[in-house]
Amino acid sequence: MTTAQTTSAAARPAVSRPLPHVLSGSRSPSWWAMLLVILNESIIFAALLTSYFYVRLNLPAWPPDGMKRPELVIPLINTALLVSSSFVMQWAQGGIRRGRQGRLRLGMIIALLLAGSFLALQIYEYGRSEFSPQTNVYGSLFFTITGIHGLHVLVMILISSVVLVRALLGHFTAERHLAVENAVLYWHFVDVVWLFILASVYLSPYV
Amino acid sequence: MATIAVGEKRLSDAWEARSGLISLLGTVDHKLIGIRYIQTAFLFFVLAGLEALFMRTQLAVPENTLLGPETYNQFFTMHGTTMIFFFATPMLFGFGNYLIPLMVGARDMAFPRLNALSYWVFLFSGLFMYSSLLFGAAPDGGWFAYTPLTGAEYSPGLNLDFWALGLIFLSIATTAGAVNFIVTILKMRAPGMAINRLPLFCWAILVTSFAVLFAIPPLTVANVFLMLQRVFGFHFFQTQAGGTPLLWQHLFWFFGHPDVYIIFLPAVGIVSEVVASFSRRPILGYTLLAVATIATGVIGFGVWVHHMFAVGISPLVLSIFSISSIVIGIPSGIQVFAWLGTMLNGRPVFKTPLLFISGFIILFVLGGLSGVMFPAVPFDQQVTDSYFIVAHFHYVLVGGAVFPIFAGFYYWFPKMSGRLLDEHLGQWNFWLMFIGFNLTFFPMHIAGLMGMPRRVYTYEAGLGWGGLNLLETIGAFTLAAGILFFIANVFYSLGSGEEAGDNPWNASSLEWATSSPPPPYNFRALPVVHGRNPLWELPAADTPGSSLFMENDPTDPYQRETLASTVLSGQPDGILHIPASTLIPLYLGLALTAVFVGILLRQWWLAGVGVLLVFGLIVAWLWPPESEPAWHEGETAVIEERPA
Ligand code: HEM
Repeated sequence: MTTAQTTSAAARPAVSRPLPHVLSGSRSPSWWAMLLVILNESIIFAALLTSYFYVRLNLPAWPPDGMKRPELVIPLINTALLVSSSFVMQWAQGGIRRGRQGRLRLGMIIALLLAGSFLALQIYEYGRSEFSPQTNVYGSLFFTITGIHGLHVLVMILISSVVLVRALLGHFTAERHLAVENAVLYWHFVDVVWLFILASVYLSPYV
Repeated sequence: MATIAVGEKRLSDAWEARSGLISLLGTVDHKLIGIRYIQTAFLFFVLAGLEALFMRTQLAVPENTLLGPETYNQFFTMHGTTMIFFFATPMLFGFGNYLIPLMVGARDMAFPRLNALSYWVFLFSGLFMYSSLLFGAAPDGGWFAYTPLTGAEYSPGLNLDFWALGLIFLSIATTAGAVNFIVTILKMRAPGMAINRLPLFCWAILVTSFAVLFAIPPLTVANVFLMLQRVFGFHFFQTQAGGTPLLWQHLFWFFGHPDVYIIFLPAVGIVSEVVASFSRRPILGYTLLAVATIATGVIGFGVWVHHMFAVGISPLVLSIFSISSIVIGIPSGIQVFAWLGTMLNGRPVFKTPLLFISGFIILFVLGGLSGVMFPAVPFDQQVTDSYFIVAHFHYVLVGGAVFPIFAGFYYWFPKMSGRLLDEHLGQWNFWLMFIGFNLTFFPMHIAGLMGMPRRVYTYEAGLGWGGLNLLETIGAFTLAAGILFFIANVFYSLGSGEEAGDNPWNASSLEWATSSPPPPYNFRALPVVHGRNPLWELPAADTPGSSLFMENDPTDPYQRETLASTVLSGQPDGILHIPASTLIPLYLGLALTAVFVGILLRQWWLAGVGVLLVFGLIVAWLWPPESEPAWHEGETAVIEERPA
């Protein structure tokens, strides 16, 4: 069916086009893989938050059993920490795109410190909580959802620490820094998920 | 000619596994991994089949005492769980592993080491689950493990821990496999294979993989909840602490129903390939079939509540799900007509693969007929939890997945082994399975309507079910005999089957464009595609660019490289390096096993050590290799194209 067309195309002279060995951004398979991992993990959080609201709709009061509504100071500080760390990561990535090693390293160190403080504050918040996961379904959901997110922050810190070590070893160039791109992508994802958790687990009991 | 020989030598030097145990365990070749997937899944099929035979023997006569109630519970749970999770999906992933890179004209999957990891995790999670038999603690909560039965109060023992942890473990393999398939299909196609020329089997795997990414997370979340509740006393499903058992049901069926399509869609992909090849003509309604595949994948997510019609949900919700459950029949109808049309228009050759496909169509239509009865909510409430249900889902699952899988065995075995399966034994195989299947499961409809409930380990004489049950048991053994014929056929044909040659069926897709079995690098020069049926649509000979293979393959100067393509138009976009064999995926699989065993036995130190190992291994995995690939920084390859 396409024989005629291809023959005439084949008759034309061939032109040559360069093919790179190093693909970045949406041209690279690992960028797609990261995107799919993020899609998959988003569904995990969607399932967690849907469970939260499903249980809540079945109960007359929320939080149940006369429990207090969640305190907001620490989560709001934590929000500021995570959101600013995302901007810093972006800035660091902008650095290596221009081949500036120093900016990449500095930015990643600052972002890691910010994320580390987030985790420290979250552990502090857990320590002073008046209820535990065993108290009732509210406690279970609260600790499970924030805990699974906390684990993601930890994973994000671990990934980025390894990338930082590689940055300090000078592995990256302006053309070649796929690991940085993927770490930044994952970082933004973990931060955006936090905003959803803030809105659902912390703020929504007030409305 | 001389240059070809040189190129072949260089490729085989770079690709052929050095012999020995290490290369056997460390291989990343998608063909070896695919075959292992298929073999292991078949082993699980045999195990679950033996469990089924035990159950059928127990039920052959009233008040039989072969299996006690506890054992029967464990057997139907393990049978259902194994068939769904450790046979059907991994078997189809095995076909996908073997075929996808060949069909799209690539030299391996996008992430070969991740692929090896998927296999190890699949194997280890299966062994993990089956090791429960050694402790006499096999899961016994049914394949959907409803709470509160499965909570620690009513199921103390380790049984349900094996189940929930095993499935969380397995989900790593399934998810990684899905990511790998999607990226391979989107990014690694041969030049000219625009997305609208993608073989239908690849479409099916693509849609299935997306469905996996959406469906597995709710199951994992449900199992994490269950484990937290069982081990640490969290509350999710207990009403006295504000939770609700319905949460489990929603999470489970949000996974569970799409999972039926996750099993069914790749099987449909096999059907489309076989029907086209054996009718000797391109498939009718390619676009409709691709769209129907996508539609099934999407609508599959909108029907989960139909498993819960008997639960007590508001009538409005019930009607919505009732309608969506009817609508999903439409794409299936389209597919059946497209296949029948192709066969009627062509000159069908009824060899064993096509026999199995015909069996599939008949069984699937029957299963679909009993299926469209369920969305009628009152009918569903009558037959739910009776043998009518058991009959229905075996028609859909065995008819819809097992028969196409056997068609796939007969169809692709020559490619994988270089020899055809024996036609005579194949006919025996088919007819015994087909007759045995109907003898087993058709009477179950009647037993169900007569009131026989599912999941009973025995029944009293005088209820009038005895004859039907005996018939069913005879059927089950007939079916098993058919499967024995298949196993015999494999061993016989491996030794003395007819030589297959590159393309024994005169089929049209790219896996037939290379030798049988293919060399480790798949294609000596990478193929170029001029249409939907590359091997049937070759441009007129002796014009420039008339070959199926690239004249100036840009990967030629290198060793372990393949082409990356653009997502939609399938134009060459870059050169990808394919990593060599490595043991890290195996070690990572073992470290993950340590984590899960640690949690199972509450040995937190073991789980902790496992987690540290996992982290260390991932770092080692991603660390750039000492010796860089065979090009220099800043170097680019060149591709020659003739603009259309
Ligand atoms: C090959 C022959 C097969 C036979 C003889 C067979 C037989 C049976 C029997 C006797 C039961 C127990 C019914 C009960 O007591 O309620 C059962 C349940 C089940 N079977 Fe099969 N089966 C076969 C194949 C399959 C396949 C291929 C699949 C899926 C791909 C499958 C999936 C299931 C499931 C999900 C259950 C329900 C388990 C539960 O109630 O939790 N079966 N089967």
